[in-house]
Amino acid sequence: MGAGHHHQLYRPGDTVVHRLPPQCKLPAVAAFAVVVVATPRDAFWAFGVHALLLAGVAAAARVPAGFVLRRMVVEVPFVIFALALPVIGLGARVEVLGVSLSAEGLWAAWNILAKATLGVVASILLAATTEPRMMLLGARRLRLPQTLVQIAMFMLRYMDVILDEMRRMRVARESRGFAARDVRQVPVLAKSAGALFIRSYERGERVHLAMLSRGYNGSMPIIDDVRASAASWAVAAVLPAAALVTAALSWSLS
Amino acid sequence: MTPSPSLRVQRLAYAYPDGTQALFGVDLTIGRGERVALLGPNGAGKTTLVMHLNGILTAGHGTVEVAGLPVRKNTLGEIRRRVGLVFQDPDDQLFMPTVREDVAFGPANLGVRGAELEHRVKEALERVGLPDIADRPPHHLSFGQRRRVAVATVLAMRPEILVLDEPSSNLDPASRRELAEILRSLDVTVLMVTHDLPYALELCERSLILSGGVIAADGPTREILADDALLAAHRLELPYGFAVADRPS
Repeated sequence: MGAGHHHQLYRPGDTVVHRLPPQCKLPAVAAFAVVVVATPRDAFWAFGVHALLLAGVAAAARVPAGFVLRRMVVEVPFVIFALALPVIGLGARVEVLGVSLSAEGLWAAWNILAKATLGVVASILLAATTEPRMMLLGARRLRLPQTLVQIAMFMLRYMDVILDEMRRMRVARESRGFAARDVRQVPVLAKSAGALFIRSYERGERVHLAMLSRGYNGSMPIIDDVRASAASWAVAAVLPAAALVTAALSWSLS
Repeated sequence: MTPSPSLRVQRLAYAYPDGTQALFGVDLTIGRGERVALLGPNGAGKTTLVMHLNGILTAGHGTVEVAGLPVRKNTLGEIRRRVGLVFQDPDDQLFMPTVREDVAFGPANLGVRGAELEHRVKEALERVGLPDIADRPPHHLSFGQRRRVAVATVLAMRPEILVLDEPSSNLDPASRRELAEILRSLDVTVLMVTHDLPYALELCERSLILSGGVIAADGPTREILADDALLAAHRLELPYGFAVADRPS
């Protein structure tokens, strides 16, 4: 793609992972997440193998660790919740560095942290190697409801337009001496949000007219199609299949 | 037998659902290959009239024909191919993630696919002088480029008549001139809705004034713009310091 600007989650490249059709990658990541969740929490080694698998994908996609780590900030709320569990958990207590913690809580925290982290990293890798619009093409290929895919597509297109509008409204407010200092300014902000909603709604109506004018009849024509060969499906299946083998081993060993 | 005109509107009247009458019997004919300006003050019914041309609004009374085909429910598909409507705000018109998909949207709705679709996109972008931007997302283009892409999105449908709503609005002088050059180079019928009177003079031999829901004047742009009394009666004014010479220079 010739654009110089990319979505911040996307990292342009031309690797085997980038080239995989989106309709193969989406289910592969979803299946991987399901297998991770189904892995017993006491099979530590299995989580290690899952993590190695993801590291392998990252290496194949040439996505550096720093890129992934910075985007893992999204997981922070879960981490805080998980860290609270050993403290507030009930049942048998264990002493760790002089602090009494719940054994069950520790297990729960580990379980959440390990599984959420693997899931988040898998999604980051998916987003890093798949352009947002390709993701939508893939979703359509997977026969997700048309309406949902179209809504996501318009969100992608109009996000910047609406943010621009929001910025202009902020500049207009501040140019007339407004500063949001405390709670008394909330009504002004609420009215701006309302105005933004109405403007966006009206834009939606105008866009719809523009679509009708060019022959729109309720379904998006398929302009760009991404076909997946059996080989692509096989390549995409490597990640969830390897994870499944790992999980199956951990089931039989436990 | 002479070919049917690009556009024929007869006794068109329309009232909005709330009862506001916007058009009171509009008659106009635009011949093939003509470039015509539709002038009128705000609230004259210009946009309402435009919405009738491709059947977004349907006539309360009267008829609209595009190259001989009447606008009816069962002809809407073909009508919308024949009438290329370019909206005022290119952000309303360009709704796809990339320019290429946007230009392809219209012809794809007509069932064009594959190599022919690629060809249509390429040709339309070349005609507006932007052959290299197909893979860019629309919001990364300049305003002038977006307006030109908006023109390309309807050119790709190979329309009989191009209808532009305020084509010069918000353009800087260079973009304005570039768009004028593009419009002049096209071999389609053009109906240009505007109150940019110098732009109408520059591009259109003939002008119509829509005022109070009827066509109040129809004639050569130069004569209409030289008639101060006529302009004043319909809340139209030439920009300060602008005078229409009696003869083309």
